[in-house]
Amino acid sequence: MNNRRLLISHAVPFWRDERFLKALGQAIFLLALALILGYFIRNMLGNLRQQGLGLGFDFLRLTAGFDIGEHLIPYSRSHTYLQAFAVGLLNTALVSGLGILLATLLGVIFGVAQLSGNFLVRSAARGYIELLRNLPLLVLLIFLYSTVFIQFPRVREAIILPGPVYLTNRGVAIPWGTPTDTFSTYLQILGAGLILALLVAVGLSWYGKRSGRPPLTLFWAALTFLLAAATGWLLLPNPPLEANLPAVQGLRLAGGLQLSPEFMALLSGLSIYTSAFIADVVRAGIQSVSRGQVEAAKSLGLTGFQTLRLVVFPQALRVIIPPLTSQYLNLTKNSSLAVAIGYPELFHVSGTVLNQSGRAVEVIALVMAVYLSISLFTSALMNLYNRRVRLVER
Amino acid sequence: MSRKLLTLFILFIIPALVIAGCRPSTPATSPAGGAPAQPVVETVEVVRTVVVTVEVPVPGEAPAATPQVKIEVAQAPGFGDTLKAVQARGNVICGVNGQLPGFSFLDPQGNFSGFDADFCRALAAAIFGDPSKVEFRATTTQERFTVLQTGEIDVLMRNTTWTLVRDTELGLNFTATTFYDGQGIMVPKDSGIASLQDLEGGTICVQKGTTTELNLADVMATEGISYTPAVFDDVNATYGAYAEGRCDAVTSDKSQLSSVAKGLLPDPDNHVILDVTLSKEPLGPVVRHGDDQWLDIVKWTIFATFAAEEYGISSANVDEIRSSTENPELKRLLGLEGDLGAKLGLSNDFAYNIIKLVGNYSEIYDRSLGENTPTFIPRGLNSLYTNGGLLYSPPFR
Repeated sequence: MNNRRLLISHAVPFWRDERFLKALGQAIFLLALALILGYFIRNMLGNLRQQGLGLGFDFLRLTAGFDIGEHLIPYSRSHTYLQAFAVGLLNTALVSGLGILLATLLGVIFGVAQLSGNFLVRSAARGYIELLRNLPLLVLLIFLYSTVFIQFPRVREAIILPGPVYLTNRGVAIPWGTPTDTFSTYLQILGAGLILALLVAVGLSWYGKRSGRPPLTLFWAALTFLLAAATGWLLLPNPPLEANLPAVQGLRLAGGLQLSPEFMALLSGLSIYTSAFIADVVRAGIQSVSRGQVEAAKSLGLTGFQTLRLVVFPQALRVIIPPLTSQYLNLTKNSSLAVAIGYPELFHVSGTVLNQSGRAVEVIALVMAVYLSISLFTSALMNLYNRRVRLVER
Repeated sequence: MSRKLLTLFILFIIPALVIAGCRPSTPATSPAGGAPAQPVVETVEVVRTVVVTVEVPVPGEAPAATPQVKIEVAQAPGFGDTLKAVQARGNVICGVNGQLPGFSFLDPQGNFSGFDADFCRALAAAIFGDPSKVEFRATTTQERFTVLQTGEIDVLMRNTTWTLVRDTELGLNFTATTFYDGQGIMVPKDSGIASLQDLEGGTICVQKGTTTELNLADVMATEGISYTPAVFDDVNATYGAYAEGRCDAVTSDKSQLSSVAKGLLPDPDNHVILDVTLSKEPLGPVVRHGDDQWLDIVKWTIFATFAAEEYGISSANVDEIRSSTENPELKRLLGLEGDLGAKLGLSNDFAYNIIKLVGNYSEIYDRSLGENTPTFIPRGLNSLYTNGGLLYSPPFR
């Protein structure tokens, strides 16, 4: 073997050696790629220089000078462009995070409903999915914003739901809690409750493995945590949160948690749009589990719910997770459509930054880098989870 | 075997071509595609010298060649390039707002009309003697500077405020102010809001990426009034949200408020513009840095409309005055004496064409913003200096 290789390498000159040619081909491809990229970048820099424009990220430290309507961190006009970016990024994270939760919830419900034996439930779910999946998201967002949320009555004629929840065209206000001085102690109690719940979960799963009769681990763990939380609330001298109810104050809403119409429209639009896709992903996942599995579970005497929980879902998950990941990524990226309705998420804020600073190349590059990072991060998390649930073949 | 040799040959040819392609060719200066008609080799030479001589200017080498005289402007889109490109293309590409009644918007016939649009036509009249040789590009506030910087448009006539940063850092030149404006605040009549202080805690609609947005933040911070901005992407979205009651007030340039209030709101009579002015807003055409000839052309096109009004020349009487006048200043303006047009690189009767084909400043103003239009705005600061306004043309000499 070794002899033969030696023989060949001696017999064939290097420029006809296939291995060398392959490597050379790749090297030349890389070189060409680098040259083309270099040419474009050089061209861009040259053009920028000709117009007297520099390239650099120093401008991020300059004062932004504009206000942003909704911010999770303190922000005013005297903060920097970088902080304005951070405000936008957090808004994107907020709406994407909540959107992913809601879309998953709705998606699973409608996905399972599609397989229901009840004709009405099945058709309603099918109709919901077909309608939403076939509308452009931008149209849906503008529809929700301009014909639903901004058409709520003015503040003086607000719709008041029990709670009280105020529906107005300035936004939706819901009751919220304001932390009191015992709030930090309560957080510690919650932490302790969490640890206790984890201990219970570990203990039960150990017991389950030993006895071969797995108990409802998650159920008992959650119950433990809730019990700890409730006990803590009652034991503290005064409650850690005090109710902050919204009310009409003059021409405006005051108090409570106020959600702007832009936020509501974006969140609901993203959630219901993506839920339609998730519903189909879930349906496909469940249908991918062969009928024999269900029949076997039944013949073992498992109930319907047990069949779903112990047999169908674990096997469906490994089909569901990868396409689900790309739906999550889509939702996050689609949140940039908020520019159309004016919710100050990352892309909206960066548009303002671009205009006020005039740094088109840097701002767009930054925005692309941030979206890329968010997507890769989400992807990494989902891949981690995927590795846990995938079929382990022996 | 020959196939392999061929592959190898191709593999060497490709990088060779790529490298050849990477040589600095004509600098991408020519705006909107009009290439300067110079031999490539010579241009390369110029580019090389730029890098060296601009850093260390050597006076002794100056007489060496004429192209070197142009070196300092060759850094930027070269002197005279814009006019050359425009003439080669056969029209002026003019960036306008496109959504602002009275300034630039599509009329029912599908033509752009309004104050800014007419200044685009005046420019075309000055260059081609034909006001129709304009290509209008509707631009958003956000993209307006980028399209100008990259040469997609020749001039931006889009109610753009003259500020120091835009004049310097963005690589733009403001030519002359065509409209002196100030930022105002509009509220519904029945809201009971009469001053800025009444807006405490309120929501204010504002358009994204404007100086308006910055001024609002400045003034509210100075006055110590807390408010929430609701920021929208374009004119229609901003006033649409305001009309639906999303905000307590809307802020913009007063000209825009009054023209939009009349043009876009369903109930224009139910809104008032508060008697506060948040800022100075001088609006006017903008060009790129670097081509001073083009800057001069745009500037003097505007001054010609000022001067025409000052001397009482309008499109109706320009022919008569031209044939009868003995006033040397008028003769120079109308191209009968001297070579003022030629100095700009235009025909000598460029001002005559502007006045004859588009009109003087007051004609342009009255056509779009005069008393008989739905978008009436009193002349105010936009009167001639002789009438207490700010319009003042340098002498045509």
